[in-house]
Amino acid sequence: MKKRATTGNHGEKIRSDCRISLELKDSGGLNITIESKVRSLYEHSIRSLMEEILQFYKIGNANVLLEDSGALPFALAARMETAIRKVSNTKREFLLSMDKDEPHLPDPDRFRISRLYLPGNNPSMMINAGIHQPDGVILDLEDSVLPEKKDEARILVRNALRALDFYGAEQMVRINQLPLGLEDASVVVPHQVDLLLIPKCEHDWQVKQVNEVVDSTLKGHGLERKVFLMPIIESALGVENAYKIATVSGNVVAMAIGLEDFSADIGVSRTEEGNESLYARMRVVNACKAAGIQPIDSVYSDVSNDEGLRKNVCQSKSLGFEGMGCIHPSQIRIIHEEFQPGEKEIGRARKIVEAFEAAKKEGTGVVSIGSKMIDAPVVKRAEQTLLLAKRFGK
Amino acid sequence: MKNALNRVIPGKVNGEPVVPYKGVGKYRPEGQKHAPKISTVTDYPADGDKRVPTLREALMRSGLRDGMTISTHHHFRNGDYLANMVFDIAGELGIKGLRWFPSASFPCHEHLIKYLRDGTIHHIEGSMNGPLGKFVSEGGMKGTGVLRSHGGRYQAIQDGEVKIDIAVIGAPTADPFGNANGLYGNSACGLLGFALADSQYADKVIVVTDNMVDFPCIPWQIQGNYVDYTVEIEKLGDPEKIISGTTRITRSPDRLLLAERTARFCDAAGILRDGFSFQSGAGGTSLAVGEYFRKFMKEKGIKARFARGGSNKYLVSMLEEGLVDYILDGQTFDLEGVRSMAENQNHVWTSPFTSYNHHGKGNFAGMVDVVVLGATEIDINFNANVVTHSDGYLLHGLGGWQNCLFSKTVILPVPLFRDRIPVIKDAVTTICGPGELIDVVVTERGIAVNPARQDLIDAVKGAGLPLKTIEELKAEAEKICGIPQKPQLDVDVVAVIKWVDGTVMDAVHRVRP
Repeated sequence: MKKRATTGNHGEKIRSDCRISLELKDSGGLNITIESKVRSLYEHSIRSLMEEILQFYKIGNANVLLEDSGALPFALAARMETAIRKVSNTKREFLLSMDKDEPHLPDPDRFRISRLYLPGNNPSMMINAGIHQPDGVILDLEDSVLPEKKDEARILVRNALRALDFYGAEQMVRINQLPLGLEDASVVVPHQVDLLLIPKCEHDWQVKQVNEVVDSTLKGHGLERKVFLMPIIESALGVENAYKIATVSGNVVAMAIGLEDFSADIGVSRTEEGNESLYARMRVVNACKAAGIQPIDSVYSDVSNDEGLRKNVCQSKSLGFEGMGCIHPSQIRIIHEEFQPGEKEIGRARKIVEAFEAAKKEGTGVVSIGSKMIDAPVVKRAEQTLLLAKRFGK
Repeated sequence: MKNALNRVIPGKVNGEPVVPYKGVGKYRPEGQKHAPKISTVTDYPADGDKRVPTLREALMRSGLRDGMTISTHHHFRNGDYLANMVFDIAGELGIKGLRWFPSASFPCHEHLIKYLRDGTIHHIEGSMNGPLGKFVSEGGMKGTGVLRSHGGRYQAIQDGEVKIDIAVIGAPTADPFGNANGLYGNSACGLLGFALADSQYADKVIVVTDNMVDFPCIPWQIQGNYVDYTVEIEKLGDPEKIISGTTRITRSPDRLLLAERTARFCDAAGILRDGFSFQSGAGGTSLAVGEYFRKFMKEKGIKARFARGGSNKYLVSMLEEGLVDYILDGQTFDLEGVRSMAENQNHVWTSPFTSYNHHGKGNFAGMVDVVVLGATEIDINFNANVVTHSDGYLLHGLGGWQNCLFSKTVILPVPLFRDRIPVIKDAVTTICGPGELIDVVVTERGIAVNPARQDLIDAVKGAGLPLKTIEELKAEAEKICGIPQKPQLDVDVVAVIKWVDGTVMDAVHRVRP
């Protein structure tokens, strides 16, 4: 067992994070050094938190160096816990009390028009994510986290889920590819996760495995809440198996496509027009519609190209997608603007629904506006449009 | 002693008695303004050529000696060479105990710390930014610093509170007689308004330029009739740092959110109407507020009568697009601002006298409909701090901030916390502006309107803005960050904050590093 460990991040450009260097000793008591830009305001509370954690793990002799750039307690505690776990065998979790408003109940049918990716080992980006009002926030344990940082990110994400207010956004976690992802799931699921994203999904059994871990973890913690699943299709094989994946469990409420990896998998580069992935995207949309779940489009990776994003969203919407990933908060608004129904569309939908209601009242069963007959799917789409309008306060 | 805000302030500063802050509009001094000595043209070259070969000679001829007050200006911002040159000369001459009276200092003046150490400079009256602020905060300066707003600086000179012995005015263009402007030359900075009072009231005035032109230098933003000596030197500053080639709007999504919310608030409150006026600074968030104003103004088909600068390319383009009739400019922040001021008659240069002086027959500040400002801290009575950080360090100047508080609506868009440091708290470290003049605090987690502005609260009701009380915002910040402990500050006072009328509003205490 190593006696020394270093966790977290510190440096010129790092904010709201800290680096902790821990060295276990045989004697000499606790020797905690705090270097912090908020030392004059929070030294006492930082010190007492660190002592509390060390005590929790029954560590009485150690040198600790904290280099802090304004980390909030959830991040401080995560870094400390990770350091301790690196030098001891413990699996115990140090959980800060959960002092936030009762979370919303998980809702399988809520809108998932925008979901904001947040690198799982970067606390500063998580803190204000909710104020930009995405439909969902994704705390990402997969691609945005270096392989050697997976352990510390998992604990940070767990703490973030418990501590941070995302102001009503659906709380999502992207776990790693299996089997590592199963460990991720078992750690985060008890802590107010609404949905797990399963990356590089190619087979229905992968979803099943995650679902089983979720179930047993929830049961183990005596929790009755639901955790939904969103597989991400990122390969040719995944596309071929899309319908099976979409239908393997009732907890799958949406399915996304990841075009960077998909393009690589079929050996082409991703273009602005996206002809190379048209089949795949349509296949995913079709599978989702057939399964009655939401098809979600890939992220648009050029953060500074607002117009490109706008075009991309328009196309996405026209193909039948019901949402898109975002890698920067500035993309949220554009995605919302393009996905929300226009005044005309809302007006038409309202007429259709009103006509339908009127027909129902009269018991005619036949709905028409002017000379045009309206059938059931059209009514359903109109209702969906009105719901969407309501979502955007229209 | 305690002042009207209940702040403990020293009775004397640098040996001089001070007047404690009495409240907004409460202090009314009587008597005559300060007057400079009578000069006689026979003492000056009949051909108008006041040139002397070196700055050193100009300073010596001006009678530079121990204990004098020397003023400089911040038109060259972080690219300024001149202030450093002046004190290098004083240091070489072995002069001691000077009072440096800059209109503002910048990190480039870190060079002067050695003169604060060796006693060449006794103390600074002006902003103490960055490294100088840190040095002063830790008790390095021999005397006590005095911070004034731009308007307060004019007031102090005019009222004779500060008698300037030698004013050294850097001028991007000047003639041998001393007429000068900031519009042309390698060091072009736009205008020289911050040096106006110095030219009018100082005992000796030296104009230093790196672009000497034949008489007449037009326009004469500084009039040669006030000037004793003119000096030509190679370079006044680093043009790259005097003016940024381009100002840029923030891409930070959090700041953009604050900016948009601020503009939406103004719209909902009915402030954005045809013929309105506004002022917002050159900081990232303020620039973005201006851009959202532009968007709303276009949508509503309205234009503004005037905008107060700091001008920049965004404001200039609003002027040129006809969205704003006039820019009344206090300083230009980029090359577009300089260009526009030189060629556009509706882009007018102003000074702290016209805009901000509290002891005048009115000023422009109160005519502005809405002003958007920053703050390091705000308390639950809306008192705000703009000079010190929560750890006690003095790191920023007052600029025109205090003066702008007299605008009809004052809005502070601020994050609720910065890297764990709450911005809204029970008490601020240093009060720079009284809460009664601060109307709205816009944060990413809610907007608090000063209860004294029920009219604003009523106006924005139902507009879908996230209104909260300032106490609620404070509680939210503390819930996220934890309740901060009080930093350990010394009883020693390292600087005082003056209010716009020359009274002392607060004291800055020494920090134990």
